[in-house]
Amino acid sequence: MPSTLTLAASGGAQTGAGPDPASPLCLRGLTVSYGDKPALFSVDATFPAGAMSAIIGPNGAGKSTLLKAALGLIPTVSGQVTVYGQPVAAARDRIAYVPQRASVDWDFPTTVIDVVLMGRYRKLGLFRRVSRAERALALDALARVGMEGFADRQIGQLSGGQQQRVFLARALAQDADLYVLDEPFAGVDAATERAIIDLLKGLKAQGKSVIAVHHDLATVAGYFDHVFLVNVRAMAEGPVETTFTPAALAQTYGGRLAATHLDQLALTVR
Amino acid sequence: MPDFLAALLLQAGYNATLVTIGAGLLGFAAGAAGTFLFLRKRALVSDAVAHATLPGVAIAFLVMVALGGNGQSLVGLLLGSALSAFAGLWLVEWIARTTRLAEDAAIGAVLSVFFGFGVVLLTVIQTLDRGRQAGLEDFLLGSTAGMLLQDAQTIAFGGALTVALIWVLRRPMTLVAFDAGHAAAMGIDTRRVDLAMMGLVMAVTVIGLKLVGLILIVAMLIIPAVTARFWTNRVERVLWTAGVIGGVSGYVGAALSASAPDLPTGPIIVLIAAGVFALSLLFAPARGVLASALAHRRFQARVHRRQGLLALVRAEPIHDPLTLRILRAEGLIRRDGVATDKGRALAAKIARDERRWDVARAVHQDTALTGRYDGLTPIEDVFTADQIADFDARLGGPQPVGG
Repeated sequence: MPSTLTLAASGGAQTGAGPDPASPLCLRGLTVSYGDKPALFSVDATFPAGAMSAIIGPNGAGKSTLLKAALGLIPTVSGQVTVYGQPVAAARDRIAYVPQRASVDWDFPTTVIDVVLMGRYRKLGLFRRVSRAERALALDALARVGMEGFADRQIGQLSGGQQQRVFLARALAQDADLYVLDEPFAGVDAATERAIIDLLKGLKAQGKSVIAVHHDLATVAGYFDHVFLVNVRAMAEGPVETTFTPAALAQTYGGRLAATHLDQLALTVR
Repeated sequence: MPDFLAALLLQAGYNATLVTIGAGLLGFAAGAAGTFLFLRKRALVSDAVAHATLPGVAIAFLVMVALGGNGQSLVGLLLGSALSAFAGLWLVEWIARTTRLAEDAAIGAVLSVFFGFGVVLLTVIQTLDRGRQAGLEDFLLGSTAGMLLQDAQTIAFGGALTVALIWVLRRPMTLVAFDAGHAAAMGIDTRRVDLAMMGLVMAVTVIGLKLVGLILIVAMLIIPAVTARFWTNRVERVLWTAGVIGGVSGYVGAALSASAPDLPTGPIIVLIAAGVFALSLLFAPARGVLASALAHRRFQARVHRRQGLLALVRAEPIHDPLTLRILRAEGLIRRDGVATDKGRALAAKIARDERRWDVARAVHQDTALTGRYDGLTPIEDVFTADQIADFDARLGGPQPVGG
């Protein structure tokens, strides 16, 4: 697929360049495989600091895999990952990860506030008691997602959107610089989607960086500054206005997007 | 029975007292360690670990005899069992990691092969020398007979140490059990936490081998945890409740066994734990069957109440006798079926919330929410203020109520 490669090059990926120390997440030659089938092949990406970035691609394109590999949660075959110029292991305090909602058992015996406090683990360690200040911090994180009245709820009683808000509050409690979210808007209600996007934009305004796997092409232009298109290989990367084009989407999705859909997207971008 | 009471009150002699206290501590450690196994959804691994101890016991016996001992040293036998349990555990992990077999298949294979090998070795030992092998089959179902002070001390000390380690590791184990991905992203080495958890389970298994037996030690790990889950919705409380249930089962079971030496200890302890489980299943207020049935009755009453109030809103006649009874009992309608002031006010509120719910259910395609659409749970309980404001905005301004 020679055309794919030229597109990736023209899309702004700095192929062959060294890691960018200013970037909150910089990938060089990242390759991940399940068995002998590559899920990601030699992916380069340089996410900009202080911006909202979307990772976009069809199902099975390796979007979630990219996040997990970048955070060191799954083994990689090759490649280099830096977070603000450091290896991931040295930058754990600066990263907050929000996994997919469906990745945990919501019948687990715990309450909303206890889940949020899990985000304070690195500060609490094995022995420190949960102080009043830590609890206040967790409650504040809940208030920022509009869930302060739900602190003592059993997590099994929450709706999908509320579960997502709790996950986000746990990430806020970590007080990180880089927020990495896996499909934060999947299966949530409209009010929650608005609450989350307002919050993420607030984080950006504080100079934090946000990287999210995103599936809804219609909202990309409204929500994000930077896009990274992926389908096993890096397809295109750059500012939404110049990179999120019908041509790049057609390349990334192959035949899986109808032409009319692409035209509509083109209208929303322009 | 007086024998049993004496044992229960630690009056049945020095040895029985040691055994009873040891069994209580072991039960507490098993219940607590098993909680994390249960929460991590790896309960079955403990079955493989327990069955994998048998060849170790037999080999340790043979080695000790070959070295000129009598082969009865409990510490030596437990050391052997720990080594082969570790081999079994490692094999399960290795098969699951490097082949395409699922963990349950690996557990089944390891469990049966190790246990089979152990039984063969036991048979060999029996044919070798009838006199000296006495006692090894106690490791299958457990026994308190002939327990030495040293044995009881081993159990008590090991159990206490295990509980202390569980307390130290409770936070990382909780994080990994709930969300291993997030825990790993925070820098917790989930593999090492899992290994530590399995190490604790192995310790309980090995310590409890003589008392409960390898076939039933799994029950001591799992039953207290699932029992405690009926009573509470918080990890720390599940943990300590499971410890107490395990401890009481071990204590009472050992006391019973001490007063009736012909009964094997393991099955008695497990039966007592199972009794507590059955009672909890039926009567626990948080998640028990009876509580669920009562909750269902209340739910039914709420539905009738809501339907009755909606009928008042629409000025439709009510025919259902249960609905009429509920509305009358709450003073919402008079005896002749006409709404009281209180009834009309509530009906108006219900009508507004009903319209909000219509919007909510259109917006939220979510079973967790439709399950809470019962008409009595205030909508403010289910949705946040901004969510409700969103529904009201979609309704398009205030509308007349009371139809």
